[in-house]
Amino acid sequence: MRPTDYTLKGALDALASGETTSVQLTEAFLDAIARLNPRLNAFITVTGEQALEAAKASDARRAAGQAGPLEGAPIAIKDLFCTAGTQTTAGSAILRGFVPPYESTVSANLLRDGAVFLGKVNLDEFAMGSSNSTSAYGPVENPWSRANDPDTRLVPGGSSGGSAAAVAARLALGATATDTGGSIRQPAAFCGIAGIKPTYGRCSRYGIVAFASSLDQAGPVARTVEDCAILLRSMAGFDPRDATSADLPVPDFAAACGRSVKGLRIGVPKEYRLDNMPPEIEALWQQGLQWLRDEGAETIEISLPHTKYALPTYYVVAPAEASSNLARYDGVRFGMREVAPGGDLRDLYERTRAKGFGQEVRRRIMIGTYVLSAGYYDAYYLKAQKVRALIRRDFEQAWGKVDAIVTPATPSAAFGMDEKQDDPVTMYLNDVFTVTANLAGLPGIAVPAGLDASGLPLGLQVIGKPFDEETCFSVGAAIERAADFTALPGIRA
Amino acid sequence: MSLDTATVKRIASLARIRLEAEEVGRMQAELNGILGWIEQLQAVDTEGVEPMAGGAPEGQPAMRMREDKVTDGDLHEAVLANAPDRMGAYFGVPKVVE
Repeated sequence: MRPTDYTLKGALDALASGETTSVQLTEAFLDAIARLNPRLNAFITVTGEQALEAAKASDARRAAGQAGPLEGAPIAIKDLFCTAGTQTTAGSAILRGFVPPYESTVSANLLRDGAVFLGKVNLDEFAMGSSNSTSAYGPVENPWSRANDPDTRLVPGGSSGGSAAAVAARLALGATATDTGGSIRQPAAFCGIAGIKPTYGRCSRYGIVAFASSLDQAGPVARTVEDCAILLRSMAGFDPRDATSADLPVPDFAAACGRSVKGLRIGVPKEYRLDNMPPEIEALWQQGLQWLRDEGAETIEISLPHTKYALPTYYVVAPAEASSNLARYDGVRFGMREVAPGGDLRDLYERTRAKGFGQEVRRRIMIGTYVLSAGYYDAYYLKAQKVRALIRRDFEQAWGKVDAIVTPATPSAAFGMDEKQDDPVTMYLNDVFTVTANLAGLPGIAVPAGLDASGLPLGLQVIGKPFDEETCFSVGAAIERAADFTALPGIRA
Repeated sequence: MSLDTATVKRIASLARIRLEAEEVGRMQAELNGILGWIEQLQAVDTEGVEPMAGGAPEGQPAMRMREDKVTDGDLHEAVLANAPDRMGAYFGVPKVVE
């Protein structure tokens, strides 16, 4: 078997049996990155020498009988997680050359468990985007293309586009990602892989470059549901350095993947049936529900009446929080500085931020500043917080009737790199099915479930109760088994 | 509600983002497009609804206070390591007091 063809679980088994070594795996992935990254642009920074050193050390630990749960597995880290000694850009020019003196808790947890880091993967600038086209380090290309139109280059989705493209093209066994409105699940769906945004508080946000603190949550993307479960178990856990991280035990998520869905009540929200949704997405949704009924689950129509207000609510709350979080980029303590001769401190701030932030980030800071400004706070920000409470209440009421909710992951398959770029609101609509889980703090997993007419992957989403990722994994794994998704992207190692 | 150019300039100033004269029109159009779309929230009846602050779902253990004690220190080299204009043990900035 070619080393890059392993799933994470397969690689861990092969490492345990001595069939392969971490050095062999790491060399194979670094070679694949060297060949394919010039086209895909999934990695911003490749840490080849460090990865090989880490792989050697990992093989030595294994030989000494000290193998951790992820011992020797080469993975990629979204360039939003601070990695001590390795440049962390958040996809922004304003952080070019920034070398964090500390490690994020999530990446530290992965290192503790023996993972090997191949490098830092690309993303939309400050994780703001749905196509990975706002990165200051260039766009990422989706390794998939349309069967009838192979020359049109497609977006991998965003913001975790580098994470999803790298895993789909087999440049890593898995990757960390983050999700503020759909940034794990939408790119996973566009790239034909799995990805979970856990419950708010499941993973520590310490050391993750902040976008919208009440919505941001870390999670993994990987080729299978079980691989996501293995990664999440290592990533998750209480951290005293993040006051919002939950002090709850971390379950054995992988065990949940094998659990039967028999008797589970699956909610089907009627408000997720959009007027102009492509018929193949509606058909895939119905197929997914049938698969679950075939396994003994019951499907029940439910109502989440405030769904249509979720995106506008998000586009008040997220920019408001972003405008506060991004105030720290001032050209004084770290990152880019832009000065004009004779300019004062205020001029330094204004020039640095105008030059260092891209268009979408500037736009969101402006919106956020406006909705928080005196005289508009109540009409916009407070109003959005109240509608957010109603969206959360919709779900709480649904949990009285159902155990999980199944929806499409995205309203379309991956689109062309030059499409949907003219109007910000059109781009925002990508997250219509995913953003509600962020607003309500709930876990959601995207699972590849089928192909559209042009051969592009489509995903289904399973939303779970607070801190019940296990049911997301059980239902997701059942969909994965029934879908038997074996299609592969054209560009891969 | 539609933002006029003076308001767009005021927001840019609050946000400390330099906006060149030729950029104002485009920014104004984009912001008004987004705000027009957000306007639909006004249609939701939120009478008596407690605003949701923070991101925690129902059932999350309450946040707690940590012990009030110093947990680190002597990190000035690490803190200054990324400074764009380090001056000894300080961050350098343009003169602010004449």
